[in-house]
Amino acid sequence: MKISARRRIVNAVMLSLSGICTLLVISVLFFILGYLLVHGVKSLDFDFFTKLPKPSGETGGGMANAIVGSGKVLLLATLIGVPIGFLAGIFLAEFSGKTFAFTIRYVVDLLNGVPSIVIGIVAYALVVRPMRHFSALAGGVALGIMMIPIAVRTTEEFLRSVPNSMREGAMALGATRAQTIFTVVVPAAMSGLISGMMLNLARVAGETAPLLFTALGNMFWSKGWLEPIATLPVMIYNYAIAPEEDLHQQAWAAGFVLLMLVLAINVTARMVINRGHASSRR
Amino acid sequence: MASSSIAGSLRHRANRGVLARLRGGDEISYLVTLACAVLIFVVVALIVAKLWGNSQPAIRAFGWDFLRTSRWNPNGGKFGALPFLYGTCVTSAIALLIAVPTGVASAIFLAEMAPPKLSNLLTFLIELLAAVPSVIYGLLGIFMLLPLIRVYLVPALKSTFGFLPLFQGSFYGVSFLSAGLVLAVMVIPFIVSVSREVLLAVPTEQREAALAVGATKWETTWDIVLPYARSGIFGSIFLALARALGETMAVTMVIGNTPKITASLLSPGYSIAAVIANEFAEASGDLYVSSLIFAGLVLFGLTIVINALARILILATSQKAATA
Amino acid sequence: MASPQQQQIMTRESVTRPAETAASKTPGAACKLTARNIDFFYGSFQALHSISLDVPSHRITAFIGPSGCGKSTFLRTMNRMNEALRNTRVEGELRLDGQDILSMDVTTVRRRVGMVFQKSNPFPKSIFDNVAYGLRVNGISRKSVVEEAVERSLQHAALWTEVKDKLHKPASALSGGQQQRLCIARALAVEPEVLLLDEPCSALDPIATRRIEELLFELKEMTTIVIVTHNMQQAARIADLTGFFLLGKLMEIDDTKKIFQNPGKKETEDYVTGRFG
Repeated sequence: MKISARRRIVNAVMLSLSGICTLLVISVLFFILGYLLVHGVKSLDFDFFTKLPKPSGETGGGMANAIVGSGKVLLLATLIGVPIGFLAGIFLAEFSGKTFAFTIRYVVDLLNGVPSIVIGIVAYALVVRPMRHFSALAGGVALGIMMIPIAVRTTEEFLRSVPNSMREGAMALGATRAQTIFTVVVPAAMSGLISGMMLNLARVAGETAPLLFTALGNMFWSKGWLEPIATLPVMIYNYAIAPEEDLHQQAWAAGFVLLMLVLAINVTARMVINRGHASSRR
Repeated sequence: MASSSIAGSLRHRANRGVLARLRGGDEISYLVTLACAVLIFVVVALIVAKLWGNSQPAIRAFGWDFLRTSRWNPNGGKFGALPFLYGTCVTSAIALLIAVPTGVASAIFLAEMAPPKLSNLLTFLIELLAAVPSVIYGLLGIFMLLPLIRVYLVPALKSTFGFLPLFQGSFYGVSFLSAGLVLAVMVIPFIVSVSREVLLAVPTEQREAALAVGATKWETTWDIVLPYARSGIFGSIFLALARALGETMAVTMVIGNTPKITASLLSPGYSIAAVIANEFAEASGDLYVSSLIFAGLVLFGLTIVINALARILILATSQKAATA
Repeated sequence: MASPQQQQIMTRESVTRPAETAASKTPGAACKLTARNIDFFYGSFQALHSISLDVPSHRITAFIGPSGCGKSTFLRTMNRMNEALRNTRVEGELRLDGQDILSMDVTTVRRRVGMVFQKSNPFPKSIFDNVAYGLRVNGISRKSVVEEAVERSLQHAALWTEVKDKLHKPASALSGGQQQRLCIARALAVEPEVLLLDEPCSALDPIATRRIEELLFELKEMTTIVIVTHNMQQAARIADLTGFFLLGKLMEIDDTKKIFQNPGKKETEDYVTGRFG
């Protein structure tokens, strides 16, 4: 059959347009990376990792406290979000009936869609208000809640990808259901689980909004877990909207460090997951 | 038998009753994991309860007027959130206007045209875009995008569409338009990644049938594949919309933070998430805090409804593909 | 004979009662496992209809029949593996040395009645840890005991010489036939009284299949073997007793020779002579 010239032209034009759109989107990524690289590296120095922020008006200083602070808040968040999500994911994959699982999954998706600023309000109401104090703990609770949905879905997905013959093999040897899960199924899914949890961590590592009025911020070292604490994302925000040029440089440096961290985790974790999928398909 | 010691000790262990069963851990692990699953319901319930409970003073004081009036005056104790609601909706609309065509077109390219290897690589890169923290989008928005918009985009818009009220008035950089553009970049990865999945789920026979009767690649895609995947693609758009509505940092940094309702997209504005981010930590007085939480409740309600819709749409497509 | 319901209730007291119908068909062999009127349901679908048979001790019993006839379902009922599936129900009486299997602790049942599956399913662990797994979950962790048991099991499974230098390599590195023998070794490690095999050779080449068959022949000394096979020649080669399943019913069970040369039922004859679909 002969295709009319008009149809052929429409075909070619539309198909190239879709290709151009893809190119456009991809180029945004490289533009962002390039821009941050240029500005970030320029402003990055050793002081950034070792010094405290300088008082307003003075130049120099670093973000040592914010780097440690981000680490502390993320540790709390992981301790809260990952166990809950992991265990709930086990329930979904190994124990739950169909209807209940569907309901939980739906609620988990809804929780995943709650705007982060709203999670911040809730953490404020749950922790800051009763304790009358902004704190690392409040920030950890906020990010912890945000980690739950992905932890659940990751766990469920990777446990389900473990073939049923593994479970049968273990149970046929007299293993209980719990032993089967924790000594065969979970270890078999381990690399995927760890990668998924790392992705989860990377996602909340850049969260700013829920920390604004939970962890707040701090120009100095924060002692313990119940004081306001500086974090990298909040620092970037505060410095970016400040009027001083020197602070903008610091914000670029911090943005660069944060982005590199997040992207590095993403690339490694996704590569591990993809490799796992490829080998399980063979 | 040579090794009856093992069989013997196994039998011995098996008879230990309750203790052995606890060691096996079936009941405990069932209960613990169930408790965690239920805890998720509790968390969601807690979110609703805290938002609802803490916004009571504002709800009692203003009722629906909260969403219908425009005065936001902490000193006078008057709170009307209309300008924020307006800003949230306008910026999200701009974002979708740009992101939907671009995103769906990219998804079509990735699902229908690109060879699988290239498609996987490009999707991987696009999904990395989704991993970039929003504060970094804000940072780039302020220092990279605003100058670009000011120097190139706005003059071009003014000279071509200047007669429209949308593009009148003076431009300072921070604006609805800037926020919408940043949001567009942020939500495109979601549209691409979900739409591509949905398109890939369309059965190959559908394509082959169309190609076999002489349709071009594009006609196949437009007439057969897209309609088949329609609800899933709408799902991805709703997902992106929910995300745009709730996005805080990037918007706060480039929208201008001025409560204003105006037709001009070049004017600075405000959004619900931005006002919470800016004022919550320093809000004094119960009514003020409560009004901000009420605004949060509105945002929560909006995103939940849209998310729920999105999930239903995506689910509908995947089930259709599964039964086909 | 009491009804199944009554049997369910009078469990413990009957433990010491000798199996009354033991060895009715195989003189000289004690009866290890008895089934009486076993019905099995997937939801509302009845997959097994009133199966009754005796499995003699230290013999190989084979189940043959067209696919979907219920032979695998029945095998999986014998160590209650079907309980892992949702919406299933079993009725009737199942006894291991006279003890009621259906009321026994399920992990005990599965330890005493081991199973090897159609597709080899080594855990993603080392060869050693695979074989040691059953011991460990059953609470045996003394290193010397475990090491000794692993070596013995691998020897029984005729795998020891091939793997003794790479015990700590992942099990996935073994060939298909070796993996299946590893699964047999894994099952043997907990010294099961009965070993169930569900078409263990269906994924293997003829050479690997022959090794497994030789192995089963030797294992008779240690344990009681029940094997499901779709391959009639295999049953004829190795089984002492063969049962023929059709449409969820046990049509006939008798000495293998008799089943293949002089079956009692028309359907069996049709099947073993290949006149059947």
